[in-house]
Amino acid sequence: MDLFRSEDMNLAQLIIPVESAHHAMTYLGELGLFQFKDLNSDKSPFQRAYAKQVKRCGEMLRKVRFLKDQLAKAGIPVSKGTLTSKEIDIDELEVKLTELEIELTSINSSSDILMRSYSELLEFQLVLQKAGMFFYSVQSNARAQQRELEESSSFRVEESIESPLLLEQEMLKEPSKQARLGFIAGLVAKSKAPAFERILFRATRGNVLLEQVPVEEPVLDPATGEKMEKIVFLVFFSGERAKLKIMKICEAFGANKYPFPEDAGKQAQMLDEVSARLLELKATIDAGNRHRDNVLSSIASDIELWDSTVKREKAVNHTLNMLSVDVTRKCLVGEGWCPVSAEPQIQDALQRAAYESNSQVVTIFQVIKTKEMPPTYFKTNKFNGAFQDIVDAYGIARYKEVNPAVFTIVTFPFLFAVMFGDWGHGICLLLAVLWLLFNEKKYSSQKLGDIMSMAFSGRYVILLMSIFSIYTGLIYNEFFSVPFPIFGSSAYYCSDSTCSTAYTTGLVKTQSAPYVFGVDPVWHGSSTELTFLNSLKMKMSILIGVAQMNLGIFLSLCNGLYFKNDLNIWYQFVPQIIFLNALFGYLSILIIVKWCTGATADLYHVMIYMFLSPTADLDANQLFPGQKYLQITLLLLALVAIPWMLFPKPLILRSRHIKESQGHTYNMLRDSEHDIVDLDHENDETDQEEFEFSEVFVHQMIHAIEFVLGAVSNTASYLRLWALSLAHSELSSVFYDKVLVLTWGYQNVIIIIIGFIIFAFATIGVLLCMETLSAFLHALRLHWVEFQNKFYEGVGYKFSPYSFATMDEEE
Amino acid sequence: MYGFEALTFNIHGGYLEAIVRGHRGGLLTAVDYNNLCQCETLDDIKMHLSATEYGPYLQNEPSPLRTTTIVEKCTQKLVDEYKHMLTQATEPLSTFLEYITYGHMIDNIVLIVTGTLHERDVHELLEKCHPLGMFESIATLAVAQNMRELYRLVLVDTPLAPYFSECITSEDLDEMNIEIMRNTLYKAYLEDFYKFCKKLGGATSEIMCDLLSFEADRRAVNISINSIGTELTRDDRRKLFSNFGLLYPYGHEELALCEDFDQVRGVMEKYPTYNLIFAKLSYGESQMLDKAFYEEEVKRLCLAFEQQFHYAVFFAYVRLREQEIRNLMWISECVAQNQKSRIHDGIVYIF
Repeated sequence: MDLFRSEDMNLAQLIIPVESAHHAMTYLGELGLFQFKDLNSDKSPFQRAYAKQVKRCGEMLRKVRFLKDQLAKAGIPVSKGTLTSKEIDIDELEVKLTELEIELTSINSSSDILMRSYSELLEFQLVLQKAGMFFYSVQSNARAQQRELEESSSFRVEESIESPLLLEQEMLKEPSKQARLGFIAGLVAKSKAPAFERILFRATRGNVLLEQVPVEEPVLDPATGEKMEKIVFLVFFSGERAKLKIMKICEAFGANKYPFPEDAGKQAQMLDEVSARLLELKATIDAGNRHRDNVLSSIASDIELWDSTVKREKAVNHTLNMLSVDVTRKCLVGEGWCPVSAEPQIQDALQRAAYESNSQVVTIFQVIKTKEMPPTYFKTNKFNGAFQDIVDAYGIARYKEVNPAVFTIVTFPFLFAVMFGDWGHGICLLLAVLWLLFNEKKYSSQKLGDIMSMAFSGRYVILLMSIFSIYTGLIYNEFFSVPFPIFGSSAYYCSDSTCSTAYTTGLVKTQSAPYVFGVDPVWHGSSTELTFLNSLKMKMSILIGVAQMNLGIFLSLCNGLYFKNDLNIWYQFVPQIIFLNALFGYLSILIIVKWCTGATADLYHVMIYMFLSPTADLDANQLFPGQKYLQITLLLLALVAIPWMLFPKPLILRSRHIKESQGHTYNMLRDSEHDIVDLDHENDETDQEEFEFSEVFVHQMIHAIEFVLGAVSNTASYLRLWALSLAHSELSSVFYDKVLVLTWGYQNVIIIIIGFIIFAFATIGVLLCMETLSAFLHALRLHWVEFQNKFYEGVGYKFSPYSFATMDEEE
Repeated sequence: MYGFEALTFNIHGGYLEAIVRGHRGGLLTAVDYNNLCQCETLDDIKMHLSATEYGPYLQNEPSPLRTTTIVEKCTQKLVDEYKHMLTQATEPLSTFLEYITYGHMIDNIVLIVTGTLHERDVHELLEKCHPLGMFESIATLAVAQNMRELYRLVLVDTPLAPYFSECITSEDLDEMNIEIMRNTLYKAYLEDFYKFCKKLGGATSEIMCDLLSFEADRRAVNISINSIGTELTRDDRRKLFSNFGLLYPYGHEELALCEDFDQVRGVMEKYPTYNLIFAKLSYGESQMLDKAFYEEEVKRLCLAFEQQFHYAVFFAYVRLREQEIRNLMWISECVAQNQKSRIHDGIVYIF
């Protein structure tokens, strides 16, 4: 019963000599069973003793991130596996990281320069090709036009087509106007092209000719090194001022201008030159990249190790910052919580650390007495961890409080199964969870999606849920809403052909004994099916509910006994158990009596008139003799229990308080020293909490009212077990009857297949996913509210030790 | 529909209001500032900020930090948040969010135009621009020689175009002109924003108009003080004041006549709200006025968060974040230049 109450905890003080502090922290981190208190919370992070080291680790982490980034960019896979295989000296690592960073940055910067000129050349090549093509096409057009002109008239055009374009033509035609027509060629990003054109037009008042040719493939931009869609442009303009303006606009738009010769021969020559240089550059860049890849692949196997080493180092220094430095600066003083059972391990770790650092002084480990509430620590394993999480989600148990998780392991899947009773669905769920369990090793090491990781972490809960729902499914005798006579044939047979629509009178009992296990399959499909099942499930829900609530109240007794709180036992537990059982315990007994005797008494009537007119005769509803007097007694007991719950506890607390304060006044008169010490001790406790009678009383009143009303409403709340189970069986019978049976009737293979597909999807989607979820949530509610509010305070805080393992998990 | 925003506001604005309120929770508190003020080096500041929302933005900066890097990264965070909100926003919130940035656009335009006047490199200038006020063709501003060109070439495409109607001249740009242009633009912008907020109605108009009035009044006072002793005529000065706010219209007439700081003070002390600000300053002291105004603004901006279902929270958040960045810049500068005694002079505590 380790899980029943949380582990014993001690507040311990560590006095660690400075020289062995680092080692001690490393070992404690590996052990992971010590929760340090921050003793320097008034100091800001950079004023603490080890702030420099933390900063250094932050810097190293940045370098590691940089290297990882580089690895990812180069597409080199980071190999995992060899974690914690060898110790790395942190100083060496720092030097190494710095060297690597410098080396990589220098490689990167030189390759950046190369890439830049490479992409510039590439762009130049593009300009030469595209603009050259444009010039060529214009030229050939012009030549064709000239030929036409020559053919149509004898008028000879003077200028030769071979001479460079436009420029000379213009000049020859209008020699008076000495405007030089120039042009600029270059590349601009495609997204900026329209704006570029617009601005050019506006700036030169339309005296410009812009020719654009899109580049098919994205080009590397020399400035940013990113791939972009670009266009090659040619701007023709006249005049120096326009040129200046256009240059400025080009600059503003980040357009790269390239010198473009007009002469076709020169163009070809330049194109050759550019291509040759491109080849050269390409070779250089490749060599550079190979060098970089070599460097990177040499670190690929180590990077994860470095990463975790640096992170641990950071965690160690971070924890060291929580210790207070002794005045002499010779040792560090730390305080924290640890489980009593782990003390030998901790001391062992500390000794190893002292030994390894050749320290003359051993670390002192001493337990301090404190009134502070220790953290709550449950040693969980992979099986009960998920159940503990269910409880923790509501609130962490107070230190040493009864842990409802122990009972939750069984009751949670059971209540779920009561709502999810169908052994067909149960088997589906079981298969799914078995698959998870078989692949447990694989899944636990990898990262899963949100929903998947939720299902995986709750795999043992689901396993129990599915097994229990197979069990309840057998009791309900439902397999995808079809009954199976597994446990022998029905105890009834049909007296006539109207059997399926008959009431119980239409059926004749053949065997004297009832059906061996669960519900008789004959009920299925009969017109009394719902009436019978509702009555059965409703009563069952009340029985389960009353049982679980009684368990809850008994657990409050356990708490009372453990914490030696007599008040809670006598003035809370006793009246509560009387109140609940006088009313609903009695109802449960009536239910069982009715089941056993087969009486036809109306239990509603009995319960309602027990309150309305307790003295009236029960007549036909009497189940056993003397029932009336028993009822009056029970009712009186319940009525007495209410003020019992309400008044004594606050009044006794008040009188105790008054007595104590009187004792305080007179304590100097007593001569026994022991008494005085004791009293002082008590006063310390009471001084911490101001006693306010009205507050205590209101608090108690709220509790009492909550319990009295809660007894009714919680019992009613357990009826959700019936409602959900009804909804589940009705839904599955609708899917079965209205889809599968209906399509089966058509005798057509395709329709049957379609029908089966719809049935399968409805079953998986609605029944297996949504119904599971809703039954889960309702079971959760029944535990959190109806069960736990009887005894569970949940005001503790969790033990969160300083540990490398949890740190790695969080990453 | 006043009073009914609560009914429909969350359909479009609920998500973003939640986001912006979340962001507001990340603003640095007085405790943070106290810790920051104790920093010895810029690395200490980085270390402290890494525990705040700025952490992810600063963590990859190599260690010898500079003030500009800190400011740049912090601004980057604001810009990222702003862009996220802008992409999520629907009308009219998106227009409202865009309005917030126009002020930066005006500042950027002025910065670039002044820079080119002094023949500075355009790219260098672009780096100095506030990223919230960037627009596509901003670099082309350098081409323009005078106001008309500026308008015709570049600004006609920007949302600022309508504001230019009042300041198009063919005069060449010079310092004075630019400053007048900035203030004319600001005047037009504030008036337009004011009108837009009035149109939105409800709590938005109530709070925003109050905030904008304060902004307009502050500008009016600053213009008056800065134009003392310059060639700016009284009428010209009067023209630069926005036509709304607490000072409009009588205060404006009086401000236009002021010849020294104490006269401005005399005018302002007639207004109870501003009386409190000026009461903090001793006579003849105008340096601390900016800080006093900032403090008052921050107080008002914080109050905007007290009401729900309105857009002013977005405006207030951006402004508060900017103030925070100014604070960080001041702290970093003080730390970098070893002027720790003056560190408290420049910080405007937000909470």
